[in-house]
Amino acid sequence: MSEAEETGGAEIIPIGTRGRPGRGTGRPPSAAARSLAPKPAQRRTGAKAAEQPAEDPIERADEQPAEPAVQAVPDQAPTDAPATTRERSSLAGIPVSDWQAAITSAAQEVFGVDWEPQLARFLAFLRHRVTGDYVVDDYGFDSELTQSFLHAALRPIAEKWFRVEVRGIENIPAAGGALVVSNHSGTVPVDGLMTMVSIHDHTGRFLRPLGADLVFRMPFVSALARKAGATLACTEDAERMLRGGELVGVWPEGFKGIGKPYSDRYKLQRFGRGGFVSAAIRTGVPIIPLSVVGAEEIYPLIGNIPSLARALGVPYLPITPFFPLLGPLGLVPLPSKWIIEFGEPIRTDEYDAGAADDPMLVFDVTDQVRETIQQTLYSLLMQRPSVFG
Amino acid sequence: MAGRVVLVTGVSRDLGRRFARAAADHPGVERVIGVDVVPPRGDVGGMSFVRADIRNAVIAKVIAKEDVDTVVHMSVISTPGPSGGRSTMKELNVIGTMQLLAACQKAPSVRQLVVKSTTHVYGASNRDPAMFTEDMEPRRQPRGGYAKDVAEIEGYVRGFARRRPEVVVTVLRCANVLGPRVESPIATYLRMPVIPTVLGFDPRLQFLHERDLLGAIGHAVAAQVPGTFNIAGDGLLTLSQVVRRIQRPTAPLPGFAFGGLGGVLRSMHVSEFSPELRALLTFGRGVDTTRMRRDLGFEPRFSTAATVGDFASNLVPTGGRVDRLLADLQGRLSQERELGAGVER
Repeated sequence: MSEAEETGGAEIIPIGTRGRPGRGTGRPPSAAARSLAPKPAQRRTGAKAAEQPAEDPIERADEQPAEPAVQAVPDQAPTDAPATTRERSSLAGIPVSDWQAAITSAAQEVFGVDWEPQLARFLAFLRHRVTGDYVVDDYGFDSELTQSFLHAALRPIAEKWFRVEVRGIENIPAAGGALVVSNHSGTVPVDGLMTMVSIHDHTGRFLRPLGADLVFRMPFVSALARKAGATLACTEDAERMLRGGELVGVWPEGFKGIGKPYSDRYKLQRFGRGGFVSAAIRTGVPIIPLSVVGAEEIYPLIGNIPSLARALGVPYLPITPFFPLLGPLGLVPLPSKWIIEFGEPIRTDEYDAGAADDPMLVFDVTDQVRETIQQTLYSLLMQRPSVFG
Repeated sequence: MAGRVVLVTGVSRDLGRRFARAAADHPGVERVIGVDVVPPRGDVGGMSFVRADIRNAVIAKVIAKEDVDTVVHMSVISTPGPSGGRSTMKELNVIGTMQLLAACQKAPSVRQLVVKSTTHVYGASNRDPAMFTEDMEPRRQPRGGYAKDVAEIEGYVRGFARRRPEVVVTVLRCANVLGPRVESPIATYLRMPVIPTVLGFDPRLQFLHERDLLGAIGHAVAAQVPGTFNIAGDGLLTLSQVVRRIQRPTAPLPGFAFGGLGGVLRSMHVSEFSPELRALLTFGRGVDTTRMRRDLGFEPRFSTAATVGDFASNLVPTGGRVDRLLADLQGRLSQERELGAGVER
């Protein structure tokens, strides 16, 4: 049909014979070749080919394909329209039992063989979410939401995208308070999220992160952070959580850590004022150093716009090789290979009650934790075959 | 301690009147004197009402004449109300308390002072700890409004406690009071047919049932434990949970628009979003009630969730369509299962 349209303006001399016998030269084909050709073609050529053999291919190109097209419009249009209505009525004619069978099989497909209790459970779950009939703890932690949505969303990223390798998970106690202290990197605190999901998948415990006050000022982030179990990084909350036997995560480098340029990667920044150490000493919980390798490369920070960052009230405004150059696409983190290693717990329960108020001791323990993490980072970097390995 | 004479301020308000009435029925109480500028409406029971303004020295005469030994200060108001603007409210709160305390200091008969304060003194900000204990200060000093009034009132009460150390001074910092009959900014807010919320924030809220408030004040009067106590129902709910439980649709608005809506609603006399309510609905607040249990020995009967449930019980739901749909589906499914089980048998 497209040929018919194309030939409308210019004269086209076709290449080849279009399935008719002969070599396409205009000369009548030999008797042997004619007998090979299909019947109708033979009939037509029998009538006209002798008179105008050279123009024949063009004529036919004009006429023949056009013919069915012209016919098709009046013919098919009326047949099509009733056909669809007939189909609709036939759909309605499907008995109810067939519908039920279809829905049942679809439900079986989604929920498995015992789909009815599964579906009932799912409906019950949806209902108690919709009616607000779930529990949040004092910090606003919604364990159900965290498990069924947040972890479910983060797990594939941790396993497939960053291929997180967890080492030394046995250093996390099965119960009771403990303070996980980690390095911080990656421009956007993805490392915290990955640590949370990795710890939960390996030990079944929830890591309760301590976040900066900026986190609780930002819309959406603040609501999500509290639901995911975070609370403000302040002495009161840290001690309250540790006394309550929670596994608390802290990133003492803070914005200095995640907002450092790519050239400074894996160089630990100052560890705050050591408030986390005094909180651990006061509550007598072990400090577990955590070294995360791989997070530095997800958004290599090569620039910063301090003036705009100040105007927006954020600590830094990152420029990476792909952001803002590629727009939203630049927000996709690079798929670096991650290794997270939990070190030997540093015990604090041997210190006496007044030790938390001894600044020299607090600084010593802070340095010990910092050195442990830095040394582990170096050894992990040596072991890692390549950034994306 | 039989034959106590209790003076209650702020009895024109519903909670004040109900407390005074309940106290009058108590066997250990000889007489209850209710004081306010406006006479209370409704049943006052055995309370004798004295029309007096606590902003002037008349109150001292009442205390001296009636030989009052217990003063319950309940007239700290959170909204200006129809009587006047912010300046009237401030005068009533701060000057009223100062006059009352001055009168108490002069009266040798006074043995106990109970002040109903509020958890608004802690403020609400992004720098708040998850749970405030009584020793903590607000992270941001309130610049005005109710929260500042309360902070000043508590300051004067502390000063009074220093000057009259033999008087038992109990300050009850009550969480937002909610109940079927309560009229308060947050109750009005939750009664709106569509609840505006601050977009992207889901504050944690804590409530105190109106009956627990009366119970706590009564307990404080009876137990005579000095100190400052947080009073709140057990547990917390997020605002999203509250609106789902009371079946109201929400209208999330960005922070600045939320404040603007407050102005519009105030001009329409529907509701008012005071600065402290706006802060609360953005950042939320939780208070630790360990001391209430351990030192004061008070146990609230309603948890936060039960308080919201009771509040919702006589509220006509305007939302909840999704839940009804799901409930319908669930009902059909269980019906089908029963049918299926019957066929199998």
